[in-house]
Amino acid sequence: MLGRTAASLFWMSRYIERAENIARLTEAGYRISLTPDVGQGHREDWKSTLIAAGNFDGFVRKHGEVSAEKAQHWLLFDRDNSSSVRCCLETARNNGRAVRTALTREMWEALNSTWIEFSAIKPADLASGRLPEFLDWVRMRSNLFRGSLLGTLLRDEGYHFSQLGAFIERGDNTARILDVKYYVLLPSNASVGGEVDAYQWETILRSVSAHRSYRHVYKDRYRPWNVAEFLILRQEMPRSLRFSVGWVERSLEGLHALTGGGATAFAEARALHDVLRDGDMDAIFQSGLHEFLTDFLAKNNAVSGSIAGDYNFN
Amino acid sequence: MTMKRSAGAKPVFFDEMVLPDGTNRTPYAVVAEWLSGCPRGLMRKKQDEAASIFRRLGITFAVYGREEANERLIPFDLIPRVISASEWRFLERGIEQRVRALNAFLHDIYHRQEIIRAGRIPAALINDNEAFLPEMVGFDPPRNVYSHIIGTDIVRTGENSFFVLEDNLRTPSGVSYMLENREAMMHLFPDLFSKHRVRPVERYPEMLRRTLESVAPAGCDGDPTIAVLTPGIFNSAYFEHAFLADQMGVELVQGSDLFVENGALYMRTIRGKERVDVVYRRVDDAFLDPLAFDPTSMLGVPGLFDLYRAGRVTIVNAPGTGIADDKAIYAYVPEIIEFYTGEKPILDNVPTWRCGEPESLAYVLDRLPELVVKEVHGSGGYGMLVGPAATKKEIAEFAKRLKARPSNYIAQPTLALSTCPSVTAAGFAPRHVDLRPFVLVGDRVRITPGGLTRVALKKGSLVVNSSQGGGTKDTWVLED
Repeated sequence: MLGRTAASLFWMSRYIERAENIARLTEAGYRISLTPDVGQGHREDWKSTLIAAGNFDGFVRKHGEVSAEKAQHWLLFDRDNSSSVRCCLETARNNGRAVRTALTREMWEALNSTWIEFSAIKPADLASGRLPEFLDWVRMRSNLFRGSLLGTLLRDEGYHFSQLGAFIERGDNTARILDVKYYVLLPSNASVGGEVDAYQWETILRSVSAHRSYRHVYKDRYRPWNVAEFLILRQEMPRSLRFSVGWVERSLEGLHALTGGGATAFAEARALHDVLRDGDMDAIFQSGLHEFLTDFLAKNNAVSGSIAGDYNFN
Repeated sequence: MTMKRSAGAKPVFFDEMVLPDGTNRTPYAVVAEWLSGCPRGLMRKKQDEAASIFRRLGITFAVYGREEANERLIPFDLIPRVISASEWRFLERGIEQRVRALNAFLHDIYHRQEIIRAGRIPAALINDNEAFLPEMVGFDPPRNVYSHIIGTDIVRTGENSFFVLEDNLRTPSGVSYMLENREAMMHLFPDLFSKHRVRPVERYPEMLRRTLESVAPAGCDGDPTIAVLTPGIFNSAYFEHAFLADQMGVELVQGSDLFVENGALYMRTIRGKERVDVVYRRVDDAFLDPLAFDPTSMLGVPGLFDLYRAGRVTIVNAPGTGIADDKAIYAYVPEIIEFYTGEKPILDNVPTWRCGEPESLAYVLDRLPELVVKEVHGSGGYGMLVGPAATKKEIAEFAKRLKARPSNYIAQPTLALSTCPSVTAAGFAPRHVDLRPFVLVGDRVRITPGGLTRVALKKGSLVVNSSQGGGTKDTWVLED
């Protein structure tokens, strides 16, 4: 397999995962904006959504002031935002197109028809309350792609590179969502624990579609400690850091077995997974949640870089 | 087989299904019966079905210069074009003779130039031609084949009148449409196939692979590694590049995936470097190697051409084949065939005026409204004048350009292209067609029975190019 092919499979999956995550984030942001008089007001909420999406600086350069309308357009449609849903879907398709021979027909059809349908949607169509419908559609298309990948793709190198892209992105996304709101999760905050905070915790969970599964696991009202644990350490939570890194490690192990290469990335992923598997929330809070998340983001990113280096992406 | 048509007379078109007396030609017997029993709504439905199949599969092409439609479907017409076994045998013989002669011509032109010494072709036509590649002089490609993959454009004007319009010896495209059109037709109308004995086209990728393997460098031991070199996803024929690589089971590479090291060509893989022996390139000569040709090219591989000349890798088609399908050379192909084969051409050329010759220019300027004038180096229907379809103003403007650079143009009579029944908004109606059979030259000549039929879907139009609104049809060669 060409290094470029591996890179395209990686980025194809990564951008589809990102499109889905942006849709979840936007949905959580939209929900808050429907509930008046919480937190520091709508503007602050859209600001933290933009920060969690990782492109607040770009937004400010283009627009300055934050407004709900501008934030939504930026997150979903803006060509100047390389992580807008639009750019994610287009980039994913272009990567898929570049390696069509490495995709199954169903994967390609899922990518291609998503882009064709998206191209027919105009931002104005989403006025008057049709935004949630659109965000659902984005998630469904991501599910369709993932389903066709899992259901039809040969379990060879290409499969592993696709999985790597998806799970590197997912870990990165969850960590950023947590980091934007880490202060509302600090134990010192629990004693305050007013209605505003409960709302913030729920928003975090909604951003990763985990507000219901949380209750199944903890059978309790939202507590910041548990929310943090759920998204960082729980292996049964499919968007937690531990779950994501676990898959990265597994995929790198599979690749290593097939190719004999990838030693650097595999060792780094294993070390990162060990930290999460052996970690406990006490220690994490002790050494600082923000510091922990910053460190995770850097290491997750380093694994991504090592994958590119080990497997000749360029 | 000459075109007896006096200037200005209304042309009579040969219809491949219906004879002037209203009876149907034999090859079309079953198709005609099928059409007469076909409810109109059905065709609309099937047409939609076909379009959605093609679009989902991403069978699109890019139209240069039109941003809003940068990926378009080539319209697909549901009614097959049918060629009888005996017609095909004739075409096959003519095409094989032609491609052998043209390859012999290329070898001669890049060696002793006997044909010029013999006075059969003016030296200036070669020496002053941009398509002549001095870098190829004296080099012997494997099996002395230069153009391995050829799309010979053929038009028909009567029961026994076929003409070669263009030879396309560089990087002809369209073969993926031939294959996908057949797939679509078998999916949409399986019954129709059970009533005919249609020769299969599906073996093309396998034949292509065997052709490429047969021209591997002499020093290559074991199975040669083949790669298809594409300019990338924004190229208009990218779909086809990916399709062919996939069907042959070889890598689809871009220039950046390849590198030259210690006298060999390699591709960068996840396991390190892997040697490449044969490159089926879909990148133009000028962009193949920035060290040998256009230094600004990002599409090629530095050092590739030196490697090729050293016999360490085979480039397919060879660089420099353009000298044999240049439109100025075209007029000499009958002489070329006679010179190298000692035989009369089986397939005729279209009569051609070279506007660089003063007498021809005067003749052409006099008759612009009835002629087709083409740029010598143009392709894809861009920059051409179709006299009978042009307005007075267009003709006057074209005349100015023609007078400014006469040697840049050739002119041909407006050919009375045959028609085939096609699906139109007003039911079935005849539309003009041409034919591009696909030819492979390696250890032997392989011609796929069929090809790409292009159809001018606009009523009365004679321009079949997809860039000008043409469509395609499945092409059936029947067995005896």
